[in-house]
Amino acid sequence: MSTSREWVGRRLGTVPGGGEDGDGAFQVVGKAMPRVDAVSKVTGATVYADDLSFPGTLHCVLLRSPLPHARIRCIDVQEAAGLPDVVAVLTGAAMPTRFGVSPSSEEEQALAADKVRYVGEPVAAVAARDEATAREACKMIQVDYELLEPVTSIDQALEVPMDEPIHAASKDGNVHRLASLEFGDVDEGFAASDHVREDVFFYEGSNHLAMEEHSATAIFSDGQLTVWSSTQSPHSVHRALSSVLGLPMRRVRVVATPHGGGFGGKVDPCSHEIVVAKLAMITGRPVKCTLTREEVFYNHRGRHPVLMWVRTGVTQDGRIRAMHFRTALDGGAHASLGAATTYYTGALQPATYDLPAYRFEGCRVFTNKAPCGPKRGHGTPQPRFALELHLDKLAEDLGMDPVELRRRNYVRPNSRTVNGLRITSCAIEKVTDEVLAASGFSRRERRDGHGQGFAVSAYLCGAGTPMYLNRMPHSEVSLKVDRGGVTVFCGATDIGQGSDTVLATLVAEELGLERGDVRLVTGDTGLTPVDLGSYSSRVTFMAGNAAIEAARKMRATLVAAAAEHSGSRPAEMTVAGGKIGPLSFEQAVAAAEERYGTLGSVGSYAPPPSISASKYRGSAVGPSPAFSYSAAVVDLDADRVSGEVRVNKVWIAHDIGRALNPVLVRGQVEGGVYMGLGEALMEAQAYRNGLLHHPSVLEYKTPLSSDMPEIEQLLVEQPDPEGPYGAKEVGQGPLLPVVPAVVSAIHDALGVWVDEVPVTPEKILRALDAHAKGSDPRTGPRSFPEIPYPPCEKVALPDAASATL
Amino acid sequence: MLRLPRFSYLRPASVAEAVAMLADHGDRSSVIAGGTDLLPKMKRRQVQPTVLVGIAHLEALSHRETTASGAVEIGASRTLTSVLKDAELAHHQPGYAQAAGLVSSPALRNTGTVGGNLCVDTRCNYYDMSEEWRTASGSCLKTGGELCRLAPSSPRCWAISSSDTAPIAVALGATAVVAGPEGEREVPVASLYRDDGNAHLALGRGEILTRLRLPAPDGWRSSYVKLRRRSSMDFPLAGAAVALKIDRGVVEGCRLVLGAVASQPVELSDLVHGLVGQPLDEEAIEEVASGASRLAKPLDNADLSYVWRKRMVKEIVARAFRQAATSEVAAVP
Amino acid sequence: MLRLRVNGETYETLTESNETLLEILRERLGLTGTKHGCELGECGACTVLLDGTPVLACLVLPDQIDDAEVTTVEGLADGSVLHPLQEAFMALGASQCGYCTAGMLLSAKALLDEQPDPTREEIRAALAGNVCRCTGYASIVDAVALAAKAPKGAR
Ligand SMILES: Cc1cc2nc3c(=O)[nH]c(=O)nc-3n(C[C@H](O)[C@H](O)[C@H](O)COP(=O)(O)OP(=O)(O)OC[C@H]3O[C@@H](n4cnc5c(N)ncnc54)[C@H](O)[C@@H]3O)c2cc1C
Ligand code: SF4
Ligand code: FES
Ligand code: FES
Repeated sequence: MSTSREWVGRRLGTVPGGGEDGDGAFQVVGKAMPRVDAVSKVTGATVYADDLSFPGTLHCVLLRSPLPHARIRCIDVQEAAGLPDVVAVLTGAAMPTRFGVSPSSEEEQALAADKVRYVGEPVAAVAARDEATAREACKMIQVDYELLEPVTSIDQALEVPMDEPIHAASKDGNVHRLASLEFGDVDEGFAASDHVREDVFFYEGSNHLAMEEHSATAIFSDGQLTVWSSTQSPHSVHRALSSVLGLPMRRVRVVATPHGGGFGGKVDPCSHEIVVAKLAMITGRPVKCTLTREEVFYNHRGRHPVLMWVRTGVTQDGRIRAMHFRTALDGGAHASLGAATTYYTGALQPATYDLPAYRFEGCRVFTNKAPCGPKRGHGTPQPRFALELHLDKLAEDLGMDPVELRRRNYVRPNSRTVNGLRITSCAIEKVTDEVLAASGFSRRERRDGHGQGFAVSAYLCGAGTPMYLNRMPHSEVSLKVDRGGVTVFCGATDIGQGSDTVLATLVAEELGLERGDVRLVTGDTGLTPVDLGSYSSRVTFMAGNAAIEAARKMRATLVAAAAEHSGSRPAEMTVAGGKIGPLSFEQAVAAAEERYGTLGSVGSYAPPPSISASKYRGSAVGPSPAFSYSAAVVDLDADRVSGEVRVNKVWIAHDIGRALNPVLVRGQVEGGVYMGLGEALMEAQAYRNGLLHHPSVLEYKTPLSSDMPEIEQLLVEQPDPEGPYGAKEVGQGPLLPVVPAVVSAIHDALGVWVDEVPVTPEKILRALDAHAKGSDPRTGPRSFPEIPYPPCEKVALPDAASATL
Repeated sequence: MLRLPRFSYLRPASVAEAVAMLADHGDRSSVIAGGTDLLPKMKRRQVQPTVLVGIAHLEALSHRETTASGAVEIGASRTLTSVLKDAELAHHQPGYAQAAGLVSSPALRNTGTVGGNLCVDTRCNYYDMSEEWRTASGSCLKTGGELCRLAPSSPRCWAISSSDTAPIAVALGATAVVAGPEGEREVPVASLYRDDGNAHLALGRGEILTRLRLPAPDGWRSSYVKLRRRSSMDFPLAGAAVALKIDRGVVEGCRLVLGAVASQPVELSDLVHGLVGQPLDEEAIEEVASGASRLAKPLDNADLSYVWRKRMVKEIVARAFRQAATSEVAAVP
Repeated sequence: MLRLRVNGETYETLTESNETLLEILRERLGLTGTKHGCELGECGACTVLLDGTPVLACLVLPDQIDDAEVTTVEGLADGSVLHPLQEAFMALGASQCGYCTAGMLLSAKALLDEQPDPTREEIRAALAGNVCRCTGYASIVDAVALAAKAPKGAR
């Protein structure tokens, strides 16, 4: 990108400002500027969770299960408790209340009391003067286990359990959740198709590998509990702490510390957050727990491994008449957000392609592995991978250009999908055009070992429904303005994506200030109004709209006071450049304080009900106030002899609505592309004999700087009618098309399909070997298991009236 | 945070004192050079020496000398980075310099040493795991247990020799100077190693490797090709070191050594014997490379599949031969 | 008592022999700008400079460093004047969550000090031991290239 940009010197302490690009209509919106916390980040001044220290802090270490599945007969902590400098030892008996990130998933205990369900599940905790002592004491805790047969695969989870199900409540073996939905008449659609094709795909699970290991510190004093944690959702932690510890929410404060990366791995409330709180209550001292890297892999909540089967009927001219999509998710040992994940594996297919009839059957099983949960793209990269490759194959069957086949089925702006989703702004055509033009995909050089692949995708701008059913706002902002300055209070947490910068930008724009004039208090449940958390790419859209509402109210107040003060009409007042009409901002504030007393304004956001037109089981998953679209072309070389792949370049076009700050947007796009490449080629949370295969940064492979290709980004700005200044999400969407585009490019290069990620060299060679032997030139799953899906709930198509947008 | 167990750190003033300290403290002690191999192992409680004898600071181990004939002597405590930056060395012994540059990552090469790399512990993905993981999995021969987790019926440990510089040092016919309680001895690098993952070094109690001697190039060319998943950081999944002497297109001498496919570097002398006196054409390279792949017996205790690693031995051997054949021959200084 | 020179200042602190430089910086000296993501030499988050050379603080024992001068991210700016790398990282968004930033900056500084005008491949190679999960490295490589263009006096 901008390496040609001339050097601009700035001085430490000055607020980064200036900026370039952008739309002349705005003062700060749309300008490429550093993030508001950039100076702290580059000087090491940012205080992350593990950087905090309070006087007299005790250090906590968790004892984790060495067994994948076992009943706990008894736990003897006597020896550990007697070790000098050990202050408290805790077991699950002290915290029997079960919790979970959503009400349907409240089955976890902070420390397992009755049984352990995966290697690494916390069973006891020690608080000691230092970490080394706590760790030593943990080794002295005796746990008497009764072994149970572990369940380690989807197939096994569908069988009758040898000993007992992982969770007593599971039906059909270890099935956690089943979904069966039918929109439109699928059988009729297949009957009317000229060609029907079936494929099976597998997408391996992966960890977020955020560079910061989770950390939390708790203090209990004067009847109030405060927990500082590297969480993406202080609100979820707040709820879990309150319920497990039996404290009213008003007695609990959760502060989200500056974040060393989340990607979904810090959305769930975690054991260590609850344990440090309980230990702080028991000991009366601050208690801290920082997980080791390996423990982060056990805590997991990462990408679900998903096996997929898809069947699609098309007409000779490439119109899809019906699609049937089946998924089987290996959920690991706990529910986490897995019910939602299950529905997400089926929800967004119709948000990209106009499917006249669609049947989705999903199934999530429990296995004795670290719990899966939300990771960037939550439940949608897997079906996206399957769907895009499936379409490539259909195109090949029809002898049609794969891009053309897609175009014939693209969703249209301002339409309603078969599953009731409202599509408003939609730049799917444009992102396709841009990425094709830039990459020269259709004119690509055809030679053995070199290939390009194309794919598109859609993603949400925030889940339309909260994680627990309620009709309160999803995001709330309050604004304090007085002679002391401007402060925004918002529960949103900046996990590195730059949500603080977005809030400052929007409020500054509305009040005619610079971003540095806006003070931010965010992600602190004791001080800030509720925001549900940084997940599902919701923050810019939701907190952004809430901030705009609060700022506009404040602006009206200031304008009114300034007009009165200066004897002009409010309509004549301009708000810009630190002035409100003829008054300076400070004068206007003083006038408003004189006139109205304390100044404050609030704003909130909840998506409009029209985003979803149908009600069915699972209909909470999928609707969103807007969808963003991405298209990617990947160019690579694949070696026929070694199976090694070298990605040369990635072009990615993203439908951003409006780039509130191109620096942040580009950062999210390139990060998404990178993570997509990682999942396509390397990343795997894999197991061997029930144990994690790669529980380290070295062995859990992710691309390094020297493995990364150049990335060319094309931002498509077609403002969304409801987004803040037209902005849409960028945090997750750009990952999605990259994974199928890689595999498609490998096929382009070598003529074989690897229907399973990550694509290792060996998988490529296996497909080539098969090809050489004259069998199916493909590596990937052969079949999809028999799953006891219930009869489909037939969902009526959105009628004309409800389809009104 | 992962922390080290307790130990005391000794700073000998000379090699002799270091040797004496090691002899004194016996099995409880360990030499530490850069510590980039030892310290992670200690953090994972794979080894728990209570006495560390530091040698990185010893002047005697950080010298570097080129003889008139072009032989190079490198002190064991010189860093891999210093090897990389050594233009003269790169000129005389491109294969060795190449191997040093392919070890780990830039910052690790700034600390990791020449001696430490030759002595680096064998690896196995049942062994290079945290204490908790190994407890969950059960101990193995290399951690004092009764059986090998990788090959339960095997009486021995198959942990993998994972040094990048050992294969090329062997191929170059390098020698190591070893100081011990009985004084100094010089041994071929090849005989530093034993085919036992659990005791891979043929060093006696209290012995320290002090210098690596790379012979004068004398018309030999060399090359090292490393197989790994990523372009940095990763340990070898296989390595191929080739030393080659060619005169007018005809092979006069050849050594081929494989790394990371057994518990020690594997020299394939019989396989390359037939090359001598023959022209080195693609056909000859193919044949030797296929032979190497046949003889290589990687096991399932490293990244990716051992089937692929075995198959890839052919590729890297061929690449190493092609590279060596086209590399510059160092002029005698 | 350990004497340590960090960012031009001399510290004296009690330590245990088994504390790494990482622990000493963060826990004894309160210099928490140096991060950790693995403590095993695998992520690069703890990179600091020893006499200008990048090393991994999680694998360095105080006994091994003699009188070397330690530079951490806190010592990169010259008083109130940011290092060009810091400015370039800010300008191009090369620091997102910021957790890898300290290590990246120090690896990059060592590169620029030695090779003032590196190619993109050289930059990628110099940073190959520093894992970043946010940026995909693109803006980081851009930022290092941009900083290399800073007027020489600025470094
Ligand atoms: C993330 C990571 C990646 C790595 N990747 C690679 C890689 O790709 N290739 C590779 O080869 N290595 C790799 N290593 C291992 C290691 O960094 C290097 O092998 C390094 O060269 C070891 O040198 P050192 O001085 O740090 O060894 P130390 O850790 O000091 O010592 C290693 C062992 O050798 C012994 N020893 C050291 N010096 C002597 C001596 N002079 N005489 C007798 N015994 C001695 C020590 O007692 C110890 O057992 C990696 C390490 C890490 C953490
Ligand atoms: S090869 Fe066997 S004995 Fe050796 S480290 Fe691996 S599991 Fe243990
Ligand atoms: S913490 Fe030192 S390299 Fe990861
Ligand atoms: S900026 Fe987050 S890890 Fe690099």
